[in-house]
Amino acid sequence: MKFGIVINEGPYQHQASDTAYLFCKAALEKGHEIFRVFFYHDGVNNASRLTEPPQDDRNIVARWSKLAEEHKIDLVVCVAAALRRGIKDENLAPGFRISGLGQLVEAGIQADRMVTFGD
Amino acid sequence: MLHIINKSPLSNGALDSCLRVAESGEILLIEDAVYAATKGSALEGKMKEAMDKLKVLVLLPDLEARGLADRIIEGVATVDYGGFVDLVASNKNCQSWL
Amino acid sequence: MSDIKKFMFVNRKAPYGTIYALESLEVVLITAAFDQEVSLAFMDDGVYQLKKGQQTKGIETKNFSPTYRALEGYDIEKLYVEKESMEARGLSEGDLLVDVTVLGKKEIGELMDQQDVVLSF
Repeated sequence: MKFGIVINEGPYQHQASDTAYLFCKAALEKGHEIFRVFFYHDGVNNASRLTEPPQDDRNIVARWSKLAEEHKIDLVVCVAAALRRGIKDENLAPGFRISGLGQLVEAGIQADRMVTFGD
Repeated sequence: MLHIINKSPLSNGALDSCLRVAESGEILLIEDAVYAATKGSALEGKMKEAMDKLKVLVLLPDLEARGLADRIIEGVATVDYGGFVDLVASNKNCQSWL
Repeated sequence: MSDIKKFMFVNRKAPYGTIYALESLEVVLITAAFDQEVSLAFMDDGVYQLKKGQQTKGIETKNFSPTYRALEGYDIEKLYVEKESMEARGLSEGDLLVDVTVLGKKEIGELMDQQDVVLSF
């Protein structure tokens, strides 16, 4: 089955990105496909490569990049939300790309299920 | 359908709103909503009533993280992240009550 | 036909306090541009999004409430308000800035069940 994922909250402040990540990992382990992860609202902050968590904490951004590389997942950052928050191509972590809200709607059309994680 | 709740019912109305409109289907409690699955809270009666029409499940890792895995209301089922995925797959659609 | 899905936007948050009401409208318009079947449900504080007479000059924020009236021009005509939420806020249909269908809680729940994609704002 193809899953579309929406993440509305930034890393570390709220559990949304953690839950979404663990959901995606479990779905992939079960042989499902993650069609796209769409980062929306403050969720665009998950895409900043300038993130530097303390050594003993999980690296949420790097974790998404790694998952995307290993499973060829499309990580899309909402352009309007990103520009409002200073997320641009030059500080985008590997595996992420910036695009429009049409990508969210397209995921809703193409995926078998859409799951939203947020506050 | 699958209703996903992530807010503590003691400080937010999301669960209440979901229970008001949902007549059937499944409810999964995740993140801070797992407190709704625990015995002895002010919500217990309401949850038991809800279980007459809806199946209630709780994401166990979130309940464990909050130190309450030994206090689950009887009849509330537990799932791990894999079980969460299965629930989304087996229901026709889902809604996150943010 | 298989490419047309039923999208429901569930609006449960008040306008201006957070950005969700405004963003919901953005996605609604784009979804309609993809020729999908779009409906909007307003419940809880989301009902306040439709209150007549919004004046935002004093908070120096754009008043986006006229957009609800423009939705009809994009063939978005399915606007549902949950009766219980509306009444709990001391509002009636006459207080709303656009024509809506008022539904009881059970009918709103049934409508959600019938959707392919439910997006919460």
